[in-house]
Parts: sequence; structure tokens; C-alpha cells
Amino acid sequence: MPNITLRVNGSEKSVDVSPDTPLLWVLRDSLQLTGTKFGCGVGLCGACSVHLNGTLTHSCTTRVSDAAGKNITTIEGLGANGLHPLQQAWIAEDVPQCGYCQSGQIMAAAALLAKTPHPSDSDIADFMSANICRCGTYDRIRRAIRRVVSAGGAK
Amino acid sequence: MTPISRRAFLKTTAASGAGLMIAFHLPSSAHAEATDAFSPNAYLSIDPAGKIRIVVARTEMGQGVRTSLPMILAEELEADWKQVTIEQAGASTLFGDQTTGGSASVRTTWDPMRKAGAQAREMLISAAAQEWKVPRDTCKAGNSTVVHSASGRKLSYGALATKAGKLPVPDNPPLKSEGYKIVGQRLPRLDTPAKVDGSAIYGIDFRVADMKYAALARCPVFGGKVSSFDDARAKQSPGVSFVGKVGDSAVAVVADSTWNALQGRKALTIAWDEGPNKDLNSTEIFESLRNADETKAVKFFSAGDVASAKGRKVEGTYQLPFMAHAPMEPGNCVAHFRGSECEVWAPTQVPQDCRDTIAPLLGLKPEQVKVNVTLLGGGFGRRLEHDYAVEAALVSKLINAPVKVVWTREDDMRNSTYRPVSLHKLSATLGDDGWPTAFTHRIIAPSINGQKGSQPVNGVDADFPDEASFIYPIPNVTLDYVMTQSAVPLGWMRSVYALQMGFASESFIDELAAAAGKDPLEYRLHLLAKDTEIKYFDATWRTDRLRNVLKLVAEKAGWSKPLPAGRYRGIACFGCFSTYAADVVEISMENGQPQVHRVVAVMDCGRVVNPNILEQQIHGAVIFGLANALRAQITIDKGRVVQGNFDDYQPIRMNEAPEVEAYFVPSTEPPTGAGEPPVPPLAPAICNAIYAATKKRIRALPILT
Repeated sequence: MPNITLRVNGSEKSVDVSPDTPLLWVLRDSLQLTGTKFGCGVGLCGACSVHLNGTLTHSCTTRVSDAAGKNITTIEGLGANGLHPLQQAWIAEDVPQCGYCQSGQIMAAAALLAKTPHPSDSDIADFMSANICRCGTYDRIRRAIRRVVSAGGAK
Repeated sequence: MTPISRRAFLKTTAASGAGLMIAFHLPSSAHAEATDAFSPNAYLSIDPAGKIRIVVARTEMGQGVRTSLPMILAEELEADWKQVTIEQAGASTLFGDQTTGGSASVRTTWDPMRKAGAQAREMLISAAAQEWKVPRDTCKAGNSTVVHSASGRKLSYGALATKAGKLPVPDNPPLKSEGYKIVGQRLPRLDTPAKVDGSAIYGIDFRVADMKYAALARCPVFGGKVSSFDDARAKQSPGVSFVGKVGDSAVAVVADSTWNALQGRKALTIAWDEGPNKDLNSTEIFESLRNADETKAVKFFSAGDVASAKGRKVEGTYQLPFMAHAPMEPGNCVAHFRGSECEVWAPTQVPQDCRDTIAPLLGLKPEQVKVNVTLLGGGFGRRLEHDYAVEAALVSKLINAPVKVVWTREDDMRNSTYRPVSLHKLSATLGDDGWPTAFTHRIIAPSINGQKGSQPVNGVDADFPDEASFIYPIPNVTLDYVMTQSAVPLGWMRSVYALQMGFASESFIDELAAAAGKDPLEYRLHLLAKDTEIKYFDATWRTDRLRNVLKLVAEKAGWSKPLPAGRYRGIACFGCFSTYAADVVEISMENGQPQVHRVVAVMDCGRVVNPNILEQQIHGAVIFGLANALRAQITIDKGRVVQGNFDDYQPIRMNEAPEVEAYFVPSTEPPTGAGEPPVPPLAPAICNAIYAATKKRIRALPILT
């Protein structure tokens, strides 16, 4: 099998997997970065969201070979120095219930604020609707995002 | 097994170096006759360094038990909350029934947890009094320290732990009735930090050395079996190391990664014996409810004589579909069979059931099976089943190696245990003044517990006492049940039968208000106006508590204030799991479909242990209830589930999520259920708002078809 080199959270990692393996399973099974979750496998729920060169991406529908050569950021590497402001806001608002979807929610929110530092409520709702939370934490997700925005943004 | 006295049994072990350790076992009031007559609730140790460890013997699935249960114990312990750490118990013989369900975790552990904390506190005070040679009533505990105020001396719990461990355990330590310092506080959840940085380990994240990965192909038709299979291509698939039959109805593919196991599964060719249900479909299933033999109806609640009532008759029939829990984390489990023992790491609500089911299948005794409980990525009742754990154990034995079984979303949707379909026939007799003099509600539905082999309780499903309440003291009432059979596997889904009962009952009460030309809030308040206690199985429902919930929800929602043009309100209330709940929803109609803008939700669940977590439960119940009301529907065709993923079984997303305002009635009553009770009022409140908007009555869920 070909050897694929990935740049994950700033580090080079080599993996022996077939090139059409979804990035999700390489992160989870090969690199043991299990913060990125499997929810639907077809890009419908957002639990597997990561950033590829800063762009929000469903890792469950991204071939690992297409991620090679790009900067892959997962929940474990989102905060460059400690927790990202959104992660801090998630703690301040006590957002998670079961918590399973929250990595994806935070990765999505980070992508939103990187592109739109001052989103309106409908910007937030539109963008975040790519992600499903079955526990129904939407109210607190909204609050956590607004908290970061009103504190001056994610940077 | 010899029945043991209901008196609390408590044993103390002063293990060397471990300080004070108290394991406590209390009888379950709900299952006093059951063989496992003890219902233990926690396990406490305080080490000489002052670290307080509280073992949580229930499962954390998002409802906050890893925070709320320790708070109850820590309160009576007079602990410094910052010193508390949590440990998750797996399946144990030290703890009674560890099932996490029925909105029972706080309500059934409230007394034993308080008592356990109080016993430890009393022993620590005694230890300090002995150390100082002063009367113990001159010593006081607080903030993990015992203080003798006359002399200004103080000793920490850590310093007292070893000595306290040698003292006798008081049988009846005093409990607080006021002055709570931890209980009632809006404390942050202890599990949040790990859930925002990716470090929290769920079942699907767990791994052991040299672990394999397995995917199973299961018969798509309920009750079908594997007839034959060809594994030649699967075995050629990358990374695949084993293919084999598991039980009668599945084939497992084992590989070196999840993806390779899934690819190997795709390469299987299986001939299925589809069995007796291969032509089953939803139309036929609903037909069978309509054609059920109603002479077999079993009355489970009655007052007066409904036949004696004279006046205008109103009737309504309601219907609900199968629904699936669809927790975000699909089914999975890690198991390691090691010949004479098996260890399992399961995201389960029923660790003991997993242990007791797996053991005989592997030829082991229950004590040879160790079940560890992981975090759950949602439960909602789906993980009250043990199927994923059994699969992992069987595959591990087949390959003689540790293995993780992973289900896909489609596996979850199509091999679940579903909220039962139901048909509801309601009738009422209204007097000249519009008030009902008689009310009947007949539920026709298959029995979840019956299908699983549990005996009916007084002729009805054993869940009814918690879920099928009727709190309006109308003079003549009959509630009865026609039990039907189902080839579709049934399961307990958040709020269980209370969803069906609440939808039918609260929609119909709204119909009666409309027929009487009265305001739906005023109509309900009038029916509840007199303080009445209603005995219902073992429970007592109180009209004043439901009335207060309705009044508070109306006040917070501004029920009497006019709405902007195009906005409409609906109201509903229901009692289940000993808790009272009510919703007011505000909707508009967009292209003939309801859009829910605002939900005001109120609950009376007794004393609130942690308002922060309770608010989460109410928010979550509203979103869960909204999906149930609008879209959640599992349909059957050719003996198979039609839906497969989140495109044809769509949960609520943020763009549909209303603003939710959660309130609770301040109470000093003991805590009651919280996770499920806020679910049932939502669907009828929406349907009642749709009626307000359109004069059209929704009589079947889902609303959107």
C-alpha cells in the first residue's frame, strides 16, 4: 500500500492506508485522534468536521489522498496555545450534554468566525445548520458563539 | 435469594491507606420484590490527602449524572466541591439495579445518596471530637473540615479519614431540610472540559492493544436469517482477516480498521431467509391497530361511571408512528474474550444486563464477564438494549482477540428498537355548560415490555404507571388498553408511552375547549381548580402542582397578551415520571407548515439539584420533542425499515430550533424525573397552535408528511 504523509495539527504523520480511505477513519483509527467523530458517514451531520487549509470539511467524505499536502486541523489542534476562544466559551456556557457532536460544532463555529467575525443570528443559524445535535444544545451553542463575537472575536 | 430487610444495609471497610471507604446498598422501593432487592447508589472514599472520590453507578449519556449525583452526596457530606472527583462504575454486584432510564437517576438515588453523605459526615465529626476529647455536639463540619469553634481547632477530612474509618456507621444520620449549599446551585458540569477539547472517550473511541475492527451484515428483514453466504470477495478485501456467521442472522467481517471492515462487508454476498415478515408494511400495521379486538381492552384507570354521563358527545382518534432514537454515536462496543473471562467496554445504559446476557452466550458465568461503562454519545433509551455488546463479545470469541464492533448510521436506523406505533380513541361527554362530565381514552398499541417477555402489570404494559397519567379530576373517567402484537422490534424511547398518551390526551382536551367555546388555558385551569389527589397505580398526582405549572407557563409566555399578526399560540401539559410539565409554543404558518418560533417550557420536578443541568434537559427535550412532532417517522416496507440516514430521518437543526425559555416551579418536594417529562407536552402544544392558526386539527404524527 502507498505511504501517505499528512500534516495534522502542525505535525507530519505517515500512514499506510489505501488512498480512498476517508480521512475520518485515518484520523480515528490510524492516528488515534478520536475527537473527530463518526455520525452519518455521508456528510449529513457534521460530527466529523475538520479544517483543511482552514476550510471546513467533512472528513467522512474526504479521501485521505485529497488531504495529503494540506494543513489538517482537528479539534485536538484547534487552539494554537491552549484552548481556542470558542472552546473557552463552550465551557463558560456549559454547552455539551452528551458532547458527541460538539467537536464538529466547535470546528464549524471556528470556520464561521474565521470568515464572518460578526455573524448575525441568521448567519449563525444558516452556517451551523450543517451540524446536528440530537441532545438539542442549539440554544447554548448560539450563546457561546455570541459570547465570542461580543468579546471581540476568535482571533 | 433470601429477601433482605428494607432497612439500609451498609458496610464499612477501613482499607489500609485508603482512608474512609463506605459502600452502601439500599433496597429499591420500585422493585422490592425483585431478587436484586438492594439498590446501591454510590461509593465514597476520602483519602488522607483529602481527595474525595464519588463513584457514579449510573451511566452518563448527556443528562449530567456525573455531576448531579455526586452533588447530592457532597451536600450532606459537607464537602468542598472542588475536592470531589468522579469515577464511573461498571457492572457490579456492589450496586443494585444500575439501569439508567425512566428519568430515575436523581429521584431514586436522592435519599440513599444523602444518607451516605450524612453517615460519612457524622463519622468524621466523631473522629474529630475523639481526637480533641470534646463533646461531638461542639464540633461542626463544613467545607471538608471539622471545626471546634470554642477552641478554634480544625481538622481536614483528609486528616480525619483513617480515624473515621474505624468508627461505627450511624444508622440514621440527620439529614438536611434546609441550608443547602451545593444542591440547588448552578454548578458547571464536571464533564464539560473533556467534551470541548476532543479528549472525552466514548465507546466508539475506546481501544485496546492489538484490537481488530468488525462490521456486521444483519438480515434487513425483521426475524430473517442467513441462508448462505459467499465470503470469497470479502476475504480478498484489504485488511480483512476473518469472515464468519454470528448467531443466525448476521455475518461479521473483521479487519485491521473500521473502514476496511466496512469495505469488506460490502464485498459479501449473502442469501437471506427473509422469514415470516418479508411482506410486512406500515399500511398493514396501522390496519391491524384499527382492526384490533377491542373486547380485550383492559381498564387501567377509572373514576365514576362513564356510561352514566349525559350530554353532547365529542370523539377524536389519534395515531402515532414508529420512531427511532438515532443517538449521534452509532452502536459500538469493544470486547476482549480471554478464554475463561471476557472484558467489555460498552456505551450502555444497562451494564448488568450486558453482563448477564453475554455470559451464557460465551459459556461463562456472570462474574467472569467484566463490563466497563464508557461515555455515551446519546442514549434516549436506545442503549437500554444490549445487542451491540453481545455482537462484540461473540465476535471476540470467534477470533480469539479483542475487537471493536462499529455500526453505521444505516445499521442504527434499520436495526433499532422502535417507539411503538399507537392508535388512540378518545371520547368525552360535555354538559350544557361545556365542561366534561365523562372522558375515555383507549390506547391500542403493542407492548414494549410484553414483546421483551415481561409480564403485564394489572393487564397493561409495565411502563404505564410512570407514563400514562391522567390528572384532570373529571367525575367519570375510563382509561383502557388494547395490547396488540408487533413483528417490529420495540424499544423505550425518551418519555416512552407518555409521548403517545400526552399527544392524544392534550390534543383532545384542546378539542373539548374548542367545542365548548372556551380558552384552552382557562379550560384546563377550570378542570384543575379544586385541590385533588389522584391515585394512579402507586403514584399520587396533585391537581395543584399541575395547575401551578400551567399558571407559570402562561405567565412567562404572556398567554393573555395579544400576539403579532400571523403568530399563534398553543398550550399543553402532562405528568409523567412523577413530574409535571407544560409548554406554550408560538408558531406561524409558512406555506401551510408550522414554524415554531418560541417555546416556553415549565416543569415541577420537586427540588432542583442543579438548575444548569435541568435547563439543558428542558432545552434538549424541546428539540427532541420537536423532531418527534414534525418529522420523526420510521416506516416499514417489505419487512424492512425504509429510512436509513439523516436525509430521510431528519433531526432538528439550528435553523429550525426555536428560542427555548426554561423555568421550574420552586419546590422543596423530593426530586422527581427530569429527562423525559418535558418531552410529551411539545407535540400537542404545537398541534393546538396549528388549530388556533387554521382551525384544522392534527390527529396523526408526524405533522409534516
